[in-house]
Amino acid sequence: MSPPEKTITVRYFAVFREHAGIGEETLSLSVATAKDVFERTRLRHGSSEPNGHCKVAINDEMADWSSPVNDGDTVLLFPPVAGG
Amino acid sequence: MIEVSTDAIDAGKLKAELLHPGAGGFCSFEGWVRNENDGRSVRRLEYEAYEPLVIAEGKKVLAEARQRFPYLAARCVHRTGLLEVGDLAVWVGVASAHREEAFKACRYIIDEIKVRLPIWKKEHYTNGDSGWVNCERCAEHRQD
Repeated sequence: MSPPEKTITVRYFAVFREHAGIGEETLSLSVATAKDVFERTRLRHGSSEPNGHCKVAINDEMADWSSPVNDGDTVLLFPPVAGG
Repeated sequence: MIEVSTDAIDAGKLKAELLHPGAGGFCSFEGWVRNENDGRSVRRLEYEAYEPLVIAEGKKVLAEARQRFPYLAARCVHRTGLLEVGDLAVWVGVASAHREEAFKACRYIIDEIKVRLPIWKKEHYTNGDSGWVNCERCAEHRQD
Protein backbone atom coordinates (compact mmCIF):
# COMPACT_ATOMS: atom_id res chain seq x y z
CA MET A 1 0.00 0.00 0.00
CA SER A 2 1.46 3.35 -0.98
CA PRO A 3 1.76 6.13 1.62
CA PRO A 4 -1.00 8.77 1.62
CA GLU A 5 -0.48 11.88 -0.50
CA LYS A 6 1.14 14.77 1.32
CA THR A 7 1.72 18.36 0.38
CA ILE A 8 5.49 18.81 0.42
CA THR A 9 7.48 21.91 -0.44
CA VAL A 10 10.76 20.90 -2.05
CA ARG A 11 13.69 23.31 -2.21
CA TYR A 12 16.54 22.83 -4.68
CA PHE A 13 20.07 24.19 -4.31
CA ALA A 14 23.08 24.81 -6.55
CA VAL A 15 23.14 22.31 -9.45
CA PHE A 16 19.74 20.89 -8.47
CA ARG A 17 18.19 24.36 -8.68
CA GLU A 18 19.80 24.96 -12.06
CA HIS A 19 18.46 21.69 -13.43
CA ALA A 20 14.99 22.10 -11.96
CA GLY A 21 14.87 25.67 -13.26
CA ILE A 22 13.24 26.74 -9.98
CA GLY A 23 14.33 27.17 -6.39
CA GLU A 24 11.30 25.52 -4.86
CA GLU A 25 7.96 23.99 -5.63
CA THR A 26 5.05 22.55 -3.70
CA LEU A 27 4.00 19.07 -4.76
CA SER A 28 1.43 16.46 -3.79
CA LEU A 29 3.50 13.33 -3.27
CA SER A 30 2.81 9.85 -2.00
CA VAL A 31 5.95 9.58 0.10
CA ALA A 32 7.02 8.30 3.51
CA THR A 33 10.66 9.36 3.86
CA ALA A 34 13.12 12.04 2.73
CA LYS A 35 14.64 9.48 0.36
CA ASP A 36 11.23 9.00 -1.27
CA VAL A 37 11.11 12.75 -1.96
CA PHE A 38 14.60 12.63 -3.48
CA GLU A 39 13.63 9.72 -5.74
CA ARG A 40 10.29 11.24 -6.76
CA THR A 41 11.94 14.51 -7.74
CA ARG A 42 15.06 12.94 -9.30
CA LEU A 43 14.00 13.73 -12.85
CA ARG A 44 13.19 17.30 -11.87
CA HIS A 45 16.60 17.92 -10.32
CA GLY A 46 18.26 16.06 -13.18
CA SER A 47 20.50 13.85 -11.06
CA SER A 48 21.76 10.32 -11.12
CA GLU A 49 23.94 11.15 -8.14
CA PRO A 50 23.32 8.52 -5.42
CA ASN A 51 21.42 10.10 -2.55
CA GLY A 52 24.23 8.93 -0.26
CA HIS A 53 26.50 11.62 -1.74
CA CYS A 54 23.87 14.28 -1.13
CA LYS A 55 22.35 15.70 2.04
CA VAL A 56 18.83 16.49 3.12
CA ALA A 57 17.17 18.80 5.62
CA ILE A 58 13.55 18.93 6.75
CA ASN A 59 12.11 22.24 7.99
CA ASP A 60 15.64 23.68 8.35
CA GLU A 61 16.98 20.77 10.40
CA MET A 62 19.57 18.40 8.95
CA ALA A 63 17.92 15.00 8.52
CA ASP A 64 18.66 11.43 7.48
CA TRP A 65 17.36 9.92 4.26
CA SER A 66 15.22 7.59 6.38
CA SER A 67 13.62 10.51 8.23
CA PRO A 68 9.81 10.57 7.89
CA VAL A 69 8.19 13.45 6.03
CA ASN A 70 4.85 14.85 7.11
CA ASP A 71 2.14 16.79 5.37
CA GLY A 72 3.23 20.43 5.11
CA ASP A 73 6.97 19.77 5.52
CA THR A 74 9.64 21.61 3.57
CA VAL A 75 12.32 19.25 2.28
CA LEU A 76 15.65 20.77 1.26
CA LEU A 77 17.68 18.73 -1.23
CA PHE A 78 21.40 19.45 -1.09
CA PRO A 79 23.72 18.22 -3.87
CA PRO A 80 27.26 17.15 -2.84
CA VAL A 81 28.78 19.96 -0.78
CA ALA A 82 32.11 21.60 -1.57
CA GLY A 83 32.93 24.29 0.94
CA GLY A 84 36.44 25.55 1.63
CA MET B 1 31.19 32.11 15.87
CA ILE B 2 30.64 31.30 12.23
CA GLU B 3 29.29 33.49 9.47
CA VAL B 4 28.73 33.72 5.75
CA SER B 5 29.75 36.88 3.93
CA THR B 6 29.33 38.36 0.50
CA ASP B 7 32.07 40.87 1.35
CA ALA B 8 35.84 40.35 1.24
CA ILE B 9 37.23 38.71 4.37
CA ASP B 10 39.43 40.96 6.53
CA ALA B 11 41.75 38.42 8.17
CA GLY B 12 43.52 41.02 10.29
CA LYS B 13 40.28 42.26 11.78
CA LEU B 14 39.11 38.71 12.52
CA LYS B 15 42.41 37.82 14.19
CA ALA B 16 42.23 40.96 16.36
CA GLU B 17 38.78 39.88 17.54
CA LEU B 18 40.24 36.64 18.89
CA LEU B 19 42.79 38.32 21.15
CA HIS B 20 42.47 36.82 24.62
CA PRO B 21 44.64 37.44 27.69
CA GLY B 22 44.77 33.71 28.40
CA ALA B 23 45.86 32.78 24.88
CA GLY B 24 49.41 31.59 24.37
CA GLY B 25 48.85 30.39 20.82
CA PHE B 26 46.87 31.26 17.73
CA CYS B 27 46.41 29.25 14.56
CA SER B 28 44.55 30.21 11.40
CA PHE B 29 43.73 28.59 8.08
CA GLU B 30 43.02 30.53 4.92
CA GLY B 31 41.45 28.89 1.89
CA TRP B 32 42.38 30.75 -1.31
CA VAL B 33 40.97 30.55 -4.83
CA ARG B 34 43.45 28.57 -6.96
CA ASN B 35 43.94 28.95 -10.70
CA GLU B 36 43.56 25.25 -11.53
CA ASN B 37 41.73 22.13 -10.46
CA ASP B 38 42.06 18.59 -11.83
CA GLY B 39 44.17 19.90 -14.69
CA ARG B 40 41.65 22.55 -15.73
CA SER B 41 42.50 26.22 -15.78
CA VAL B 42 40.18 28.10 -13.39
CA ARG B 43 39.26 31.73 -13.97
CA ARG B 44 37.02 32.28 -10.93
CA LEU B 45 34.85 30.45 -8.37
CA GLU B 46 31.23 30.96 -7.43
CA TYR B 47 30.16 29.94 -3.92
CA GLU B 48 26.58 29.35 -2.85
CA ALA B 49 25.53 28.64 0.72
CA TYR B 50 22.31 27.95 2.58
CA GLU B 51 23.01 30.33 5.43
CA PRO B 52 20.55 29.13 8.11
CA LEU B 53 22.06 25.66 8.11
CA VAL B 54 25.64 26.83 7.58
CA ILE B 55 25.25 28.74 10.84
CA ALA B 56 23.44 25.96 12.71
CA GLU B 57 25.77 23.17 11.56
CA GLY B 58 28.83 25.41 11.88
CA LYS B 59 28.00 26.08 15.53
CA LYS B 60 27.92 22.33 16.12
CA VAL B 61 31.34 21.96 14.46
CA LEU B 62 32.84 24.68 16.66
CA ALA B 63 31.32 23.10 19.78
CA GLU B 64 32.70 19.69 18.84
CA ALA B 65 36.14 21.19 18.23
CA ARG B 66 36.05 22.92 21.62
CA GLN B 67 35.07 19.71 23.36
CA ARG B 68 37.88 17.74 21.70
CA PHE B 69 40.56 20.44 21.83
CA PRO B 70 39.58 23.03 24.47
CA TYR B 71 40.25 26.46 22.99
CA LEU B 72 39.53 29.96 24.23
CA ALA B 73 38.07 31.54 21.11
CA ALA B 74 37.38 30.55 17.51
CA ARG B 75 35.94 32.21 14.45
CA CYS B 76 35.09 31.15 10.92
CA VAL B 77 33.94 33.13 7.90
CA HIS B 78 33.04 31.65 4.50
CA ARG B 79 32.56 33.73 1.39
CA THR B 80 29.71 33.46 -1.07
CA GLY B 81 29.33 34.92 -4.53
CA LEU B 82 31.90 35.31 -7.29
CA LEU B 83 35.55 35.12 -6.23
CA GLU B 84 38.64 35.73 -8.33
CA VAL B 85 41.91 33.79 -8.27
CA GLY B 86 43.81 34.70 -5.11
CA ASP B 87 40.72 35.76 -3.17
CA LEU B 88 40.21 34.49 0.36
CA ALA B 89 37.31 32.00 0.32
CA VAL B 90 37.33 30.80 3.92
CA TRP B 91 39.09 31.86 7.12
CA VAL B 92 39.32 29.87 10.36
CA GLY B 93 41.09 31.19 13.44
CA VAL B 94 41.56 29.61 16.87
CA ALA B 95 43.16 31.05 20.00
CA SER B 96 44.08 28.73 22.84
CA ALA B 97 46.26 28.51 25.93
CA HIS B 98 48.77 26.26 24.14
CA ARG B 99 49.60 25.63 20.46
CA GLU B 100 48.44 22.00 20.45
CA GLU B 101 44.75 22.86 20.87
CA ALA B 102 44.96 25.73 18.37
CA PHE B 103 46.49 23.57 15.62
CA LYS B 104 44.16 20.63 16.17
CA ALA B 105 40.95 22.63 16.58
CA CYS B 106 41.71 24.68 13.46
CA ARG B 107 42.31 21.50 11.44
CA TYR B 108 39.14 19.88 12.78
CA ILE B 109 36.99 22.92 11.99
CA ILE B 110 38.11 23.34 8.36
CA ASP B 111 37.94 19.59 7.68
CA GLU B 112 34.37 19.36 9.00
CA ILE B 113 33.27 22.54 7.22
CA LYS B 114 34.33 21.09 3.89
CA VAL B 115 32.24 17.93 4.23
CA ARG B 116 29.26 18.97 6.36
CA LEU B 117 28.14 22.51 5.67
CA PRO B 118 25.67 23.24 2.84
CA ILE B 119 28.10 25.21 0.69
CA TRP B 120 28.60 24.63 -3.03
CA LYS B 121 31.36 25.68 -5.37
CA LYS B 122 31.05 26.27 -9.10
CA GLU B 123 34.25 26.54 -11.09
CA HIS B 124 34.35 28.89 -14.06
CA TYR B 125 37.13 27.82 -16.41
CA THR B 126 39.26 29.97 -18.68
CA ASN B 127 37.77 28.25 -21.76
CA GLY B 128 34.28 29.50 -20.81
CA ASP B 129 32.95 26.19 -19.39
CA SER B 130 31.79 25.84 -15.82
CA GLY B 131 31.04 22.99 -13.45
CA TRP B 132 29.92 22.29 -9.89
CA VAL B 133 32.65 20.67 -7.78
CA ASN B 134 32.00 17.13 -6.44
CA CYS B 135 28.96 16.80 -8.69
CA GLU B 136 30.22 14.83 -11.67
CA ARG B 137 27.10 12.67 -11.91
CA CYS B 138 24.52 15.32 -11.16
CA ALA B 139 23.82 16.06 -14.82
CA GLU B 140 23.63 12.56 -16.26
CA HIS B 141 19.87 12.51 -16.60
CA ARG B 142 20.02 15.79 -18.46
CA GLN B 143 22.41 14.30 -21.01
CA ASP B 144 20.22 11.21 -21.70
